[in-house]
Amino acid sequence: MPDPATAPVIEFRDVSFRVADTQVLAGLTLQVSSGETLVLLGRSGSGKTTTLKLINRLVSPTSGEVRVNGMPNCEVDVTRLRRGMGYVIQDAGLFPHFTVERNIGLVPKIEGWPKEKIRARTQELLQLVGLAPEIAARYPHQLSGGQRQRVGVARALAANPEILLMDEPFAALDPLTRDDLQREFLLLQQRLHKTVVFVTHDLREALRLGSRIALMEAGKLVTVLSPEEFVKSTDPWAAAYVRAFGDGLESAAKRGTS
Amino acid sequence: MNVVRFLLHNQAQVLELTAEHLWLVGISTLFAMLIGIPLGIVIAHRPRLNKPVLAGANIIQTIPSLALFGFLLPVPWLGERSDRLAILALTLYALLPIIRNTYTGICGVDPAVLEAGRGMGLTKSQLLFQVELPLAVSVILSGVRVAVVIAVGLATIAAAIGAGGLGEFIFRGLAMVDNRVILAGAIPAAILALLADVGVGWLEKRLRAR
Repeated sequence: MPDPATAPVIEFRDVSFRVADTQVLAGLTLQVSSGETLVLLGRSGSGKTTTLKLINRLVSPTSGEVRVNGMPNCEVDVTRLRRGMGYVIQDAGLFPHFTVERNIGLVPKIEGWPKEKIRARTQELLQLVGLAPEIAARYPHQLSGGQRQRVGVARALAANPEILLMDEPFAALDPLTRDDLQREFLLLQQRLHKTVVFVTHDLREALRLGSRIALMEAGKLVTVLSPEEFVKSTDPWAAAYVRAFGDGLESAAKRGTS
Repeated sequence: MNVVRFLLHNQAQVLELTAEHLWLVGISTLFAMLIGIPLGIVIAHRPRLNKPVLAGANIIQTIPSLALFGFLLPVPWLGERSDRLAILALTLYALLPIIRNTYTGICGVDPAVLEAGRGMGLTKSQLLFQVELPLAVSVILSGVRVAVVIAVGLATIAAAIGAGGLGEFIFRGLAMVDNRVILAGAIPAAILALLADVGVGWLEKRLRAR
C-alpha cells in the first residue's frame, strides 16, 4: 500500500486519445497530488480540455489509463466517479429552469439528503463564494456573469467532493470580475485544500492560481513547472509563452504563492 | 340568424356531436403524444434515426385524409368500428408535429448545460427528466397545439366513414344543399379549434422554463 498522503490523487499513465485520425493526446503521463492546484496551460487545441475530461470520463482514453485515488477510473461506476468530483465550466452551464438554490442542491437532492440539510448547505456555500443569501431564489438569467460563475463553483462544491475540475471557469468574465474571482479562489483553496485541476490559456491566471503548471502543446505535455520556475524557464515553449505575456509576470508568480 | 335558430333547435344533437368530436380529437392526440414524444426523444439522441422517422411521419402527412379513411376501411378489426378507424387516422396525422417539435425541443437544449449535468454525475434518465424535458416542454407543447388544431379540422371528415362528430352536420348539409346545416357543424368545430389553440397555448406559457 502506498502512503495515502503522498500517493497521487489523479494519475495519467501513458494516456493517448485519438478521434478518427486526429491524435488529440499522445503519451500523457502526469500526477496530481492531494491539495494542489495543477494548472493545464496551453493554447486552443493543445489537448488540455480533453485531459480534464479524461478524469471524469466525459472522454475515454484510446490507450493508457487514468487513475483516481489509486483506482483505474474505468473500473469505478461512472456516476459515483463524477459525483466525487466537482466540475466547473466556462459560463457555468447552470440549469436555466432551476433557481440558484435548486442548481446548487441538485446533486445533494439526488443523493437523498434531507431538505433542511440541503437548504443549510446552500446557504453555507453561497456565503463561501461571496453571494448574498437572497440570491438563492433567483434564476440564472437574473444574475451577472460573475455571479453565475460563483454559483457554478458553489454547485461543484455542493456534495463536498475532494477533487475540483475547472475548465476555463473565468475566461468569459470581464477583467475586474475575473480578478475578484481569482482572488477568492485562492482564499477558498487556502481553506478547503481541494485537489484542483484547472484549465486555462491565460499565463497570468496560471501563475497566480497554480501550485504547478503543466504546459501542453499539440496533444503533448511539454513540461511541468512551478510558477517561479516557469517564468525563468529556458524551455522554448514556456519561454514563448512568457514572451507573449510580456513584463510583470514574476510578480504574478509570487502573488500566487504568497 | 337562421343558423343560430337551427343550433338552438337541435341543441341536444349539437352537444352530442360536439362531445363525439372532442372524444375523437382528445383520444387521438393522447395516443399521438404517447407515441410521438418518446419517438422524438429517441431520434434526438440517435441522429441516425431522425431522417427515416421524420420522413415517415412526413409521408403520412401527405396522404389525403379522405383517401386514408378509405384505405383503412377494409382492415379487419378496425373496419368494424368506424370510430376506431377515425382515431387511428387522426393519431397518424397528429404524429408529425409532435415528433418534430419534441426533436427540435430536445436538440435545442444548450450543450454546455448538458455537459455540466453529465459532469455532475446525472444519469441519462435524470438528465432527460430533470433537464432536457423541462427545457423542451414549451416547444413540445406548441407541437401538440398544432396537432390538436389539425385534428379538430380533420375529425369533421371522419363523419364520411360514419365515425360521428360535427362532420355529420357538414355532410348532411352538403347532401341537403342547406347552408344552415353545414354551418351548424362548421361553426362549433371552428370554436373548438380556437379553444384548443388558446387552451394549449396557455399551458405552454405556464410551463415554459425560464
